[in-house]
Amino acid sequence: MPNAIAVEITNLHKSYQGVAALTDVSLQIPEGSFFALLGPNGAGKSTLIGAISGLIKPDSGRIRVMGHDVQADFRKARRALGLVPQELIDEPFFPIRQLLRIQAGYFGLGKSQWAWIDELLQRLGLWDKRDAYMSSLSGGMKRRVLIALALVHKPAVVVLDEPTAGVDIELRLSMWAFIRELHAQGHTIILTTHYLEEAEQLCEKIAILREGQLLALEDTQTLIASHPWEYLEVTLENLPAVLPQMVTDLLHRRSANKLVLRLSRDLARSELLAILSAAGLVLTEMRQLEASLEDVFRTLTTNGVHS
Amino acid sequence: MSMLGFLTLCKKEINRFMSVSVQTIFAPLVSTLLYLLIFGQVISSESSGFEHVSYNAFLLPGLIMMTMLQNAFSNSSSSLIQSKMYGNLDLLLLSPLSATEIFLAFVLGAVVRGMLVGIAIALVSYFWIPFVWINPFWLLSFALLTTFVLGAMGFLAGLWADKYDKLAAFQNFVILPLTFLSGVFYSVSALPAFWQQATWFNPFFYMVDGFRYGFLGVSDVSPWLSLSVILAFAVVLSALCLVLLAKGWKIRR
Repeated sequence: MPNAIAVEITNLHKSYQGVAALTDVSLQIPEGSFFALLGPNGAGKSTLIGAISGLIKPDSGRIRVMGHDVQADFRKARRALGLVPQELIDEPFFPIRQLLRIQAGYFGLGKSQWAWIDELLQRLGLWDKRDAYMSSLSGGMKRRVLIALALVHKPAVVVLDEPTAGVDIELRLSMWAFIRELHAQGHTIILTTHYLEEAEQLCEKIAILREGQLLALEDTQTLIASHPWEYLEVTLENLPAVLPQMVTDLLHRRSANKLVLRLSRDLARSELLAILSAAGLVLTEMRQLEASLEDVFRTLTTNGVHS
Repeated sequence: MSMLGFLTLCKKEINRFMSVSVQTIFAPLVSTLLYLLIFGQVISSESSGFEHVSYNAFLLPGLIMMTMLQNAFSNSSSSLIQSKMYGNLDLLLLSPLSATEIFLAFVLGAVVRGMLVGIAIALVSYFWIPFVWINPFWLLSFALLTTFVLGAMGFLAGLWADKYDKLAAFQNFVILPLTFLSGVFYSVSALPAFWQQATWFNPFFYMVDGFRYGFLGVSDVSPWLSLSVILAFAVVLSALCLVLLAKGWKIRR
């Protein structure tokens, strides 16, 4: 079902004490997609995820998960969704494996699910810790327990809110390998992350939020291709400590003897060479760089709505 | 609707307090026995206010009920606020369990703890204050209903409190005074007129008085009146908890 919708959000509004956290957000997340929800801190990502999972009650608007309204048909909607929250939790009364079995029980799943729980423990490298309590685990292990808890009922839609925050590289890679596998099995994956490279590599579709409003909703490659700027890395013979204003206006970043310039796509190379020459800079090498998701993200979140 | 989700939460609530049974069962048992020992010894010669009823026999059901209701309240309120503090309440809120199922499971956990504590005290104290269960129907009705009401009250307090301090305030400034002024240690008929009048507004009085009727066959007011008052409380508190829970008051942001 290539056109089926996993999550449908319509005209969602949420405010806290008069301050808007989400303003008229509408978007659809296709079933089976790997979807990123990006935005600077306070953009409303976690509020949106909270509303999808039912932890936050929106002021108005409607959300459906796999066709089920999260308010009116909450049982089916919650069975279809697994959330890995951003905040770590603790549970002092029950060890990990028992905690997972309890969570499965809430979803009406009994002993038949225990083999899957053991598989999750093994796949997430928690088998040796199955009888340990949360408080004795490291932050990375707690994060993996949260992933296991979100997957005990094999939900169609898996939502990960900053799953790799504070996680070392090795664990991050193994975590993504596991999540990619889930995606390959047909699960819809929705994630928020501050690691834009991860989002660019993993996600087919991206939504960008700023101040509670949807700025962009595109396929990842379309979004990057529609970026209004191009980037040129220029190597110079002589790079003065202080650059003339005409060059500073184009500067994206600088290193020892290289500058990365951000140029309007309609700026001719001859015009650029003239600018550098007028500034007294001697060009030895020039290389075009592709815009990254980070470039798009920075432009959008500082300038405004993507057209 | 699958019952397994509800039963899982019930079992979790019971296993939670059983895993710390020294604190949740044995500690209240010991402190109640100390009350019984000290009050029973020091003022055993006092009149109970009822003919043919010794003060010790009068005191026992009151103490059992006092401990049961305090523990029922503690169970649901502690469980809920701990879940909030540790952040694991979200695991429950993400599940397909309904507000009614969550409420009933927490309250059932409170009822079981209250009953276990009550049975433990009754069994141990029987060795020095033998008693006859005059009316098991009344005993059981008041024990179950009271622990249910206090479980619901604890649930409400747990919903409301966003830190332990608030819960402690509720326990110390509401539950404790109402318990001590409910006729556990004295018959209401022994009080001055004003305090007698005030006692009629204390719901805990009806719980203690009705329960005592089940033990002794004597009470300050009719057990039917007590039962009606407690039932009314159970209905009102349950409705309030369910409405607030369904709205996500203090738990769904």
